[in-house]
Amino acid sequence: MRRSILLASALVTTLALSACGTSEEPATPAEESTDAATTEAEGAGGSLTVWVDETRQAAVEAAAEDFTAETGTEVELVLKNFEDIRTDFIAQVPTGEGPDVTVGAHDWLGELITNGVVAPVELGDKAAEFEGVAVQAFTADGQVYGLPYAIENIALIRNTELADSAPATWDEAVSMGKDAGTKYPFLIQTGTEGDPYTYYPFQTSFGAPVFEQNADGSYSPELAMGGEAGEAYAQWLADQGEAGTLTTDITYDIAVEAFAKGQSPFIVGGPWMLEQFADLDLAIDPVPAAGDQAAQPFVGVQGFYVSAQSENALVANDFLVNFLSTQEAQTALFEAGGRPPALTAAADAASSDPIVAGFREVGADAVPMPSIPEMGSVWAFWGVTEANILSGSAADPAKAWQKMISDIDGALGS
Amino acid sequence: MSTDPRPGAPATDARPGSVVTAEPPGDEGHRRPRRSRPDESPARRYGAGFLAKLALMAVVDAFGVYVVWSAWVAGSWVILGAMVAMLLVANWVYFSRRTVPLKYVLPGLVFLFTFQVFTIAYTGWVAFTNYGDGHNSTKEDAVAALLVQNERRVEGSPSMPLTVVADGDQLGFAVVQPDGTTAVGDADDPLTTVDATVTDGRVAAVDGWEVLDRQQVLERQDEVTNLRVPVSDDAADGSVRTTDARTGYVYTSALVYDEAADTMTDTTTGTVYTPNDSGQFEAADGSTLAVGWRVFVGFDNFTQAFSDSRYAGPFLQVVIWTFVFAIASVGTTFLLGMFLATVFNTPIRGRKVYRTLLILPYAIPGFVAPLLWSGLLNRSFGFVNQVLLGGAAIPWLTDPWLAKLSLIGVNLWLGFPYMFLICTGALQSLPGDVMEAAKIDGASRWRTWRSVTMPLLLVSTAPLLISSFAFNFNNFALVYMLTGGGPRFEDASVPLGHTDILITMVYSVAGLDGNAPKNFGLASALSIVIFVIIATISAVAFRRTRALEEIN
Repeated sequence: MRRSILLASALVTTLALSACGTSEEPATPAEESTDAATTEAEGAGGSLTVWVDETRQAAVEAAAEDFTAETGTEVELVLKNFEDIRTDFIAQVPTGEGPDVTVGAHDWLGELITNGVVAPVELGDKAAEFEGVAVQAFTADGQVYGLPYAIENIALIRNTELADSAPATWDEAVSMGKDAGTKYPFLIQTGTEGDPYTYYPFQTSFGAPVFEQNADGSYSPELAMGGEAGEAYAQWLADQGEAGTLTTDITYDIAVEAFAKGQSPFIVGGPWMLEQFADLDLAIDPVPAAGDQAAQPFVGVQGFYVSAQSENALVANDFLVNFLSTQEAQTALFEAGGRPPALTAAADAASSDPIVAGFREVGADAVPMPSIPEMGSVWAFWGVTEANILSGSAADPAKAWQKMISDIDGALGS
Repeated sequence: MSTDPRPGAPATDARPGSVVTAEPPGDEGHRRPRRSRPDESPARRYGAGFLAKLALMAVVDAFGVYVVWSAWVAGSWVILGAMVAMLLVANWVYFSRRTVPLKYVLPGLVFLFTFQVFTIAYTGWVAFTNYGDGHNSTKEDAVAALLVQNERRVEGSPSMPLTVVADGDQLGFAVVQPDGTTAVGDADDPLTTVDATVTDGRVAAVDGWEVLDRQQVLERQDEVTNLRVPVSDDAADGSVRTTDARTGYVYTSALVYDEAADTMTDTTTGTVYTPNDSGQFEAADGSTLAVGWRVFVGFDNFTQAFSDSRYAGPFLQVVIWTFVFAIASVGTTFLLGMFLATVFNTPIRGRKVYRTLLILPYAIPGFVAPLLWSGLLNRSFGFVNQVLLGGAAIPWLTDPWLAKLSLIGVNLWLGFPYMFLICTGALQSLPGDVMEAAKIDGASRWRTWRSVTMPLLLVSTAPLLISSFAFNFNNFALVYMLTGGGPRFEDASVPLGHTDILITMVYSVAGLDGNAPKNFGLASALSIVIFVIIATISAVAFRRTRALEEIN
């Protein structure tokens, strides 16, 4: 009896091990969510698998129906969590189980290219119909890698009942906030880990962008936020923390709730907050500069990528370039997500809404968020350092800032 | 259980139809006389039991064949091979006379291999590769990706309405050029101007070529996307290609792959890149191309994990805290659980209600509770500071020591009901005569508890304490959700914090949280190290608990 158990277990172990050791491609547990059958073209017009998230599902579905009606291609939408798409796309494309097209953000681009999972998309003459920053964000090394559909950026959201004009500088904004007599003069989501994305316009107003920009607007992996400009910004953070105007206790939820209750005239945020402020009178203004230069927030562009291993590349490109780039489709996506469209004609139409127009105006002076893979190593140190300076646990702001720069350099070098 | 008394003896044939009495179903393992004759073995009778077994095995085999077929279609050879092996073993076990013990063990063994051994073996295999960002797939994929990323559209070249045409098997493109003339070409013959019928700005018919409709194009998608039609006899002029079979563009390739020499050549600078040991194309000056592939790197990941000087200090702190956290978690939960179990072991009014209330924390998912607590413990807005402590500003989660205390406290709240349950069970099964003997001998209550109750309790709970230790050693969800590993080490140059345990450290070091380039090889190597640590501790602890069993 013992012998037979040992024998059986030895047999299975060797099988499992030898299978692992010699296989060309590692076995991955078959995922239920992706259907292997979709990779085989069938039916009259082939088929297409598209990953979408909940927000964009209905809009993409509408475009897909038009596409099916016109070309006979079956489009299968797979619903995913937006946060999971990036990792899953990178992991599943090489196995041949990935989608043909996925929704995504432009700052993933560097990572997707390094892993060889994304194929270029030729927009041709259509490129001119999009906002310049949108195509630029999806461009790497002169190649366009996606079809942009929405542009998002943060701006100063002002409660017009509490503040009747736009503040030009940070100090003006704080004094207006104090005059309003509300609980908070000014709201910015921070949290104990910091929020460098939301704080970025203040940093750029001191002339300390995160990376050096090349002539064509792309970023090179050279940190630019060190030096005197960066230290001036660090000092400003420490001063705000000491004065109590900014605090790490304010998280996104707390900030949004306080603003919705009318506890502050100002909040720095994006169009995703507007749902909660439905019953307020709002105006969208540029973020007030704290330094002596323009406060430029990050611009994020969302779009659709084509998988490098797609067996339906023709259909996928056709769907993106000729169907999702129409004004109708882009407007539908805007109505679903509330972010200004990337197609200029659709954006102009959407700008009849002063709120959308306000965000768009601020976005016109904004800078694209770096999409180089090195950006990942920056976030980890950046936010926490800002939070430590704000909360006063870093006694010497300049020193803390310098340490952050050298830590990031160390992480980039390894 | 005895196996066949005469191993190697020729098995006598079963005689169908010779069945006299049918066994009750599911009775293959009933206690039979020790000296039973081989042909009386239940495995050789064709009664109702056998038929039931046959039906069950038929279902199992049908499922197995379905999996094998699916694996064949999907090309997953590993799953196919493993499934075939498992099917063969299963059928042999359940239709052979000699494998009675295995009949009971096999289902468990199958799950053990599928969910435990395979996972560990696969992790072990990844630990020796450089799988991660930039080494995501095979070499062929990397070459294909590099080539497609380095095709450049010729500056100022027109976009031309395009039709896919065919001459037998040979595909070609017919385009309408910017000056309104039409041209046709294929992979071997550059575009030449010909007369063609144009409708709606596209070529609709051309002599000597058959125009493909959309369905025919889609059937040959790969060929169409890979077709390059030279613009002229000079290769430097580039070639026409299409991505949507509607419009053609003129491209030139900036990288060329030489299959025979296995090199990449940059056509603009003439630099030649050759594959290196770490799975990338490398030029003579050491510069590499962006996309690499997975290669076997031996023990590199293990040495890298322990040779990075930036991690040396934090790593030691993290290891110490991991042990402290795991031991303190087990200790506190067990003590509180046992205390409450002992208290509620004596009859008091409303005992059932109290017991039910005590189980409540156990009913809240361990993933959600830390999130709730992180809100409750917020310094300025949390319920604990605002309501319970009247507006104090205690930094529960942002002070290094208080964060550690909060972590153990929340884990105590989450974990004591489990210990309370198992101690209640163990206490109720204690023999009464021993207690009575202790009473008669005049032992005090404390003495009875220390010398009788406690050792007897430990006999049945010690294995559970070991498994609880192993679980808390890797309690990723709690740390990640409550503190995220924070507050950060002020003096370290890596993104680790005071409450990071080994598993959250691995998560951060390997870039799985997006704070560094992803490195699954390194993550797997570190996971193997953690596995070895826990396996060793558990094995030693289980050996020690055997000593306890002698008490009984």
